[in-house]
Amino acid sequence: MRNSPLTALLPLTRRLAAAVVVTLAVAVGNFFLFRLAPGNAANLGLVPNASPELRASLEHQFGLDQSTATQLQAYLIQLAHGNLGVSFANRRPVADNLWTALLNTLAMVVPGLILALVLALITGVYAAWRRGSVSDHALRAVALTMFAIPGQWLGMVLLYGARGHLPAGGISDPFLVGTGFQAELADRLQHMVLPCLTYALIVYGAFMIVLRTSLVETLSEGYILAAKARGLSNRVILRRHALRNALLPLVTLIGLTIGTMVAGVILVESVFSWPGLGEAIYDAVNARDYPMLQGAFLLLTVVVVLSNLVVDMTYSYLDPRVRL
Amino acid sequence: MTPLTAIATVEGNRRPRIRDHKAATLGLLIIVGFGTLAVLAPVITPSSVHQQAGPVFGPPSSSHPLGLDDSGADMLGLVLVGTRISMLVGLTSTAIAVLLGGAIGVLAGYFGGRVDSVLMRLTDVFLVVPILPLMIVVAALWGPSVGHAILIIGLLSWTPTARIMRSQVLATRERAFVRRAKALGAGHAGVIWHHVLPRVRGLLVANSVIVLASAIFFEAALAFLGLESVATTSWGTLIANAFNRAASSAGAWWAFVPPGACIALMVLACSLVAMSFEDAGNARVPESHIFAGRLEVVRDEQ
Repeated sequence: MRNSPLTALLPLTRRLAAAVVVTLAVAVGNFFLFRLAPGNAANLGLVPNASPELRASLEHQFGLDQSTATQLQAYLIQLAHGNLGVSFANRRPVADNLWTALLNTLAMVVPGLILALVLALITGVYAAWRRGSVSDHALRAVALTMFAIPGQWLGMVLLYGARGHLPAGGISDPFLVGTGFQAELADRLQHMVLPCLTYALIVYGAFMIVLRTSLVETLSEGYILAAKARGLSNRVILRRHALRNALLPLVTLIGLTIGTMVAGVILVESVFSWPGLGEAIYDAVNARDYPMLQGAFLLLTVVVVLSNLVVDMTYSYLDPRVRL
Repeated sequence: MTPLTAIATVEGNRRPRIRDHKAATLGLLIIVGFGTLAVLAPVITPSSVHQQAGPVFGPPSSSHPLGLDDSGADMLGLVLVGTRISMLVGLTSTAIAVLLGGAIGVLAGYFGGRVDSVLMRLTDVFLVVPILPLMIVVAALWGPSVGHAILIIGLLSWTPTARIMRSQVLATRERAFVRRAKALGAGHAGVIWHHVLPRVRGLLVANSVIVLASAIFFEAALAFLGLESVATTSWGTLIANAFNRAASSAGAWWAFVPPGACIALMVLACSLVAMSFEDAGNARVPESHIFAGRLEVVRDEQ
């Protein structure tokens, strides 16, 4: 009974339900939060010098003369249909804008995260291996410094260092369109270097510190001594016994810091005008484009909630002792 | 949640004990140093700090050791004045966050039951919501100002404190001396004040250093996104101004390196202090069984 597939699914459904509840809570909170915004769709200057009659008709059209409960209901129903409204700035549906932005963000975040993880693995393992040595202290000092540096500032420093050699912003050079696949690909990659590097470096610090600490603790476990007693080489022990177990806290850390990674996305994209979700938020703030801001915030929350869910599931998969 | 809190959580800092005195002292010295600069800023900077003293983005010279900014004002003076606002935002919002989080955590942990589950569900929601986007949304709706930045950072940074305090109070609640005090007829307020709070005070201090680091971070982020009034001079707005005037492309590193270095130094100092606290219940010094190719068991010298 305990191991039947149904009972195994139960915790997952509970987690899913919790994720849905949080998302709903945020959606409702979002609705009320944006009612604080000055003005509404009918008087925000979309129609300059509108007569009171036209205003009233617009308010009726947008349902603004209805009760709050009715408006909330309408908002949630539209949301369920994927309708996030229309951007004030470019008059396109918010959902379309956000979809393009999300894809661009992933194109920056995924390589950045991979680079950060690889760097953290190499330096973290080396520091734990040479624990207490000068290189261990130096590597940890570098990681702590990376962790302390604000992302927007690191972006500017790298921009300063690479000025004239790499493009300062954007995702591609609009003048290169139609010059052939290779030229366009090279251009894209050139635009990716600085944002990806900046992002990788700002998330690297926490990864490295946690990996090192975890590895140092794992190396003191009894099963490492047992493996040593079996005559296994250090390299095999490290790779097969120590590293696998030491990676668990890293999974936890990734889960705990997804919110911070989102902050990094906003700052790095704003510096490099990378047309992703972060830049969308930056632009929406500056243009007071409330539908875009509302939609971007909601999408980011959903992404974070889903990522947490995935991290929890990965964790219980990697460590069967942990039940959801 | 900030990475620092995450690191501290992963490393476990439930019951704080200073582990590394040198690092903690260095961190505290830096924090106190910045605090002193913030207090003394109006005395040591000339009143003409915002006035043009030379060419736009003038390079560092003997009279202006940190160069001039995009309006030709002296960067050294601006950084000193900025220290005042950044420390003000950091400390006041930290105070708000720690008081709020501490109160919620103590109430939830001490009373348990329905109070606990309501407060913790609320905490769970706020813990999951990406905090900087939420701050941006609220700041955009309220309008840019330093006061708003303080309130927003303070009111949205309490969740880690609440979680940590709750688990600690939960552990203290069932201790013999607390039950004894209750049996002797002590009221809830008396028990919390005299018996629970002294037990969790150290942790609260350790935690507030972490909150301070993230508050400094958020101040700079909000300023960068234009959500702190343009008339304000803080580390964050100095970086933002330099960025908006393309200081990087102009080669004027002095316009953004000093304020960013101050932020990094401040966050680093907070990290050093926070990481020096160690869970006393987890005080086992790890012994490595394999270590850089040598066979002998080596003690960690941390």
